[in-house]
Amino acid sequence: MTLCRRCAIRCNIERVYGNDFTAPSQVDAPAEDDPGFLALLDDEGRVEPRDAMPEAYRKTLVRQIAQHAHSEIIGMQPEGNWITRAPSLKRKAILMAKVQDEAGHGLYLYAAAETLGVERADLLDRLHAGTQKYSSIFNYPTITWADMGAIGWLVDGAAIVNQVPITRCSYGPYARAMVRICKEESFHQRQGFEILHTLSNGTPAQHAMAQDAVNRWWWPSLMMFGPPDDASPNSERSMRWGIKRHSNDALRQKFVDMTVPQSHALGLTLPDPELAYDEASGHWRTGPIDFTELFEVIKGNGSCNVQRMAHRRGAHERGAWVRDAADAYAAKRAARTEAAVA
Amino acid sequence: MSADPGTQRDWPLWEVFVRSRRGLSHGHVGSLHAPDAEMALRNARDIYTRRQEGVSIWVVPADAISASSPDEKDAFFDPAADKVYRHPTFYTVPDGVKHL
Repeated sequence: MTLCRRCAIRCNIERVYGNDFTAPSQVDAPAEDDPGFLALLDDEGRVEPRDAMPEAYRKTLVRQIAQHAHSEIIGMQPEGNWITRAPSLKRKAILMAKVQDEAGHGLYLYAAAETLGVERADLLDRLHAGTQKYSSIFNYPTITWADMGAIGWLVDGAAIVNQVPITRCSYGPYARAMVRICKEESFHQRQGFEILHTLSNGTPAQHAMAQDAVNRWWWPSLMMFGPPDDASPNSERSMRWGIKRHSNDALRQKFVDMTVPQSHALGLTLPDPELAYDEASGHWRTGPIDFTELFEVIKGNGSCNVQRMAHRRGAHERGAWVRDAADAYAAKRAARTEAAVA
Repeated sequence: MSADPGTQRDWPLWEVFVRSRRGLSHGHVGSLHAPDAEMALRNARDIYTRRQEGVSIWVVPADAISASSPDEKDAFFDPAADKVYRHPTFYTVPDGVKHL
């Protein structure tokens, strides 16, 4: 038992959650290898917004959460492309709900990033300027309705495998956002599987359309897990910090093991002649992954990079009047209230 | 975030609290930006209760919340640390005594 060391209480009368981060230069930020910080992580403790944290930890989180948020809102585009052409009212309602979810996921994540002392407006500027990235998977085109199925089944399936471990991320707000997101993603994956299952059991042309979509999305989905472990220089540090819980290759293997049996249930093949079950390890083994294409897409040479960015910037600019109108309305009502009080 | 609203680049920040069902208290679920309280409520409904996660929502301007400082958490919460007699387990009860 200890006695109270200090009785003077200095309350922090600042914002409790977002944007309340004292500028890093003013904080006694612990060093990266600060024993107390590492002990907190080793103890599975959680870091919360106003805690002191190593500057590199904060920056890594801002970059990762921002990229994740950008991916959610850019991810609305490939599917938004099909809302007007969904084959039935039911499919249209489902697709609209899914695209709305992606917008919501982006907002949860921007809010989580803001607890680290950045502003959403700045993050959007950086996305629009091309200095922050989004997932390359959204730079592929969605040319048929079956792509809605393949995205839900494979792309959202891979995203779930990637994201479930982040629900245990050492940074509290990011982990809590991921809990909400993962709950919602499971509907996304199922609706995709259902689309493919329906097409696969439909006419020969529908079956062929489903197969073609799976052929195009399989390899890019595997690449969503990032480069192989021996070519992923930052992974080790992120794992030390409890931001990342499993290696890229381990997550990719988990996805392959879950997905291959599902492809059998769909009656569709995966475009990998070397894909085989390894009795000894109990894992499905894929052929070698050609990452040269992924690196081209990351560099900006994917088929939709330019289109996605142009659309995002355009949407932001065309929405300016809505933001201005909301501001003007709020100001007018505030002035009226003030006048009434006076 | 600048203190001067004239240079603010985004709408004010609101903290969102949701009562998930009657009988439970409101719990913090996250934050959002909105120009005024009414829009904050509508946005909170669309962002945080799309799947009937709540029956009541509070939105509070983030800068209206005063918070204890994490740097002071030891000193701030220490006064409770040496008062184990506030817990029933502190007391010995003779064998055989029931309903105590």
